[in-house]
Amino acid sequence: MFADIWLVINKDIRIEWRSRVTLSQVVPFALTVLVLFGFALDANREVLAAATSGLFWLTVLFVAVVAVQRSTAIETADGARRALLLAGIEPSSVFVGKALAVAAQILGVEVLMVGGVLVFYDATVESLPLLLATCAVATLAIAASGTLLGALAAGVRARETVLPILLLPVLAPVLIAASRAFDDALGVVAVDGWAWLGLLAGFGAVNALLGALAYGPLLEET
Amino acid sequence: MSIVALRGAVVLLGRFPALSGVDLEVDAAEVVLLQGPNGAGKSTLLRFCAGLLRPHSGSAVVLGHDLRESRPAVRRSVGLLGHDTALYDDLTITENLQFLARASRIELEAVGSALDRLGVSARLHDVVAGRLSAGQRRRVALAGVALRRPELWLLDEPHAGLDQWGRDLVDGLVAEAAADGATVLVASHELDRTLDLATRRVTVAGGAITADVVAAASAVDPSGVQSNRGADVC
Amino acid sequence: MSAGAVKTGSRTTRLLGFAVLVGVLALILLGFFGAPEDDEQRDAVRMIFVHVPSAFLTYTALVITAVGSAMWLWKRSRWWDIVAHSAAEIGVIFCGLTLFTGSIWGRPTWNTYWDWGDVRLVTTLILFLMLVGCLALRSAGGDEDAVATRAAVVGLLAAVNVPIINRSVEWWSNRTLHQKSSLTDGNLEDLTLFTLVVGIVVWALFFVWAMIHRFRIGWLERQLRAIDLETALVQRRAEASTESAGETSQ
Repeated sequence: MFADIWLVINKDIRIEWRSRVTLSQVVPFALTVLVLFGFALDANREVLAAATSGLFWLTVLFVAVVAVQRSTAIETADGARRALLLAGIEPSSVFVGKALAVAAQILGVEVLMVGGVLVFYDATVESLPLLLATCAVATLAIAASGTLLGALAAGVRARETVLPILLLPVLAPVLIAASRAFDDALGVVAVDGWAWLGLLAGFGAVNALLGALAYGPLLEET
Repeated sequence: MSIVALRGAVVLLGRFPALSGVDLEVDAAEVVLLQGPNGAGKSTLLRFCAGLLRPHSGSAVVLGHDLRESRPAVRRSVGLLGHDTALYDDLTITENLQFLARASRIELEAVGSALDRLGVSARLHDVVAGRLSAGQRRRVALAGVALRRPELWLLDEPHAGLDQWGRDLVDGLVAEAAADGATVLVASHELDRTLDLATRRVTVAGGAITADVVAAASAVDPSGVQSNRGADVC
Repeated sequence: MSAGAVKTGSRTTRLLGFAVLVGVLALILLGFFGAPEDDEQRDAVRMIFVHVPSAFLTYTALVITAVGSAMWLWKRSRWWDIVAHSAAEIGVIFCGLTLFTGSIWGRPTWNTYWDWGDVRLVTTLILFLMLVGCLALRSAGGDEDAVATRAAVVGLLAAVNVPIINRSVEWWSNRTLHQKSSLTDGNLEDLTLFTLVVGIVVWALFFVWAMIHRFRIGWLERQLRAIDLETALVQRRAEASTESAGETSQ
């Protein structure tokens, strides 16, 4: 099972490395959104500081939609989905592998975005462990529900619009919890960031479990 | 034991009955040619036998597994060449086939020999699939099927897009598989070619079998075809 | 099936429908003239007779959708799929009604139509969006089994995430404008409480009535498709006889 998961991760990351979609398109997109938020809030440092966490995670959600769409497209092109089925890999392993590959890409973008936030929004990191833990847990949670809904939307005709419609409401608790944890990590608001992290972990666990169970039936329906 | 045993099998694609009640028995080591007009249901029949589609009604047993319940088990032991080649554009030929091999628990050495068998030259092994020609792609996809050494080969228009030399390779591959005791179902318009190989000709029309003729077995000698392989021209 | 018009009604549903009509009438009388006005909220309190039952039925519908979805994925039972579909559709109506009555009730009592800090309000809004997404998937069309599977996954996803959304919003705002459960804290006048119970019963009966009709529509659609399939099969098989003549000459 772990071998299969690793196989899928390896494949997806290798494809990303070759095509460099994330690097050449998603990263500029994310940084542009961050800069535009700055314009929208009219160079008001105070407002920007208060809103930093929320803007950061909202941008991550947009990035996630793009990354999931790309991850799904890999399998729908040229009947590769059928090849996965014929190869006989457990669908739950495919799910975990693809989710981890997506998570790795989003995490990569987040690293650059943290840099962007420090520079553009003048943020300071108060608690690095909390910041890193939030990024890790929230990203896994986002990748899990994203991969599940990506597979779900893959068979629908209007898949480009269906994915955000379904994914963004589901991710509402992640936006709330990760933003609050970041507020604590960046020292913006005094809240218990680690408690929020627990909520994120709960969300991630529930959705990953559902994803692992439901991915098989979804892969079958093509 | 029959390799394929379908009785009154109805398969829906959406609301369309692509197969409208197929009765078909295929025994081990048979080479069956499926012929019929476009839209007759040949491709659906192959995908159905591969365990990719759910029967709506009727009974269907492939390689001893009931297609209503254990399609994953069927999928693991068949080789399907469909219209699309199921290759990842951004992976090299070797990476594509190694992925398939690892996923199907096959030793990686098999990749090289399968590519050799399909006449894919060594200098192409590290080229990404997206840059191959249609014919080259098809041969790599066939190598992916050969790699698995399936008990049941399901080939949908295997000659399409191939040059004369490539077609000979396919014929050799089919003959070899049959000689090894595998069962082959080929859907093809290239009647003159496939007829030589086929032990049986089945006509599909309107999603059902309308004719079933035992052909004179004139299996091509696999070694003969192999010797035909000239210089690597791809 | 006879040649006449096919109906989704029956003796039971007509009886049920009649009971609902009488009930609504009684509720209007009780609600507007029976129950006294609240000391603080004045007449606005009467909104409770629609708002609380519809909120209650929204979450009932969600549970039914989740059960139906799980049963479809587990047993591939079309019956449960139609149940899940019906409950999701009726649930989205009650959910919309809850949000609507909630915000017009909120205006005179909380002095705002919408409050981002309120747990139940925000949770219900996100649930509404997820239910709409689920129905959008259903209407997007495609292979019936595939549609049922997709909708079932979204239905389950909505159901398992509602508690998490609720908890996150609660922590986020750390306050709620909502009164503690009106039913249990004993603050309500006896007649108001009685009217509220009548309201819940009446709206629940309406829910059952709508469920039965909606389910029967789904079931009839299924039968229609079965008939269509028979015709399609005959046509498909007929292709063989028309085309095989041309084929043999090849």
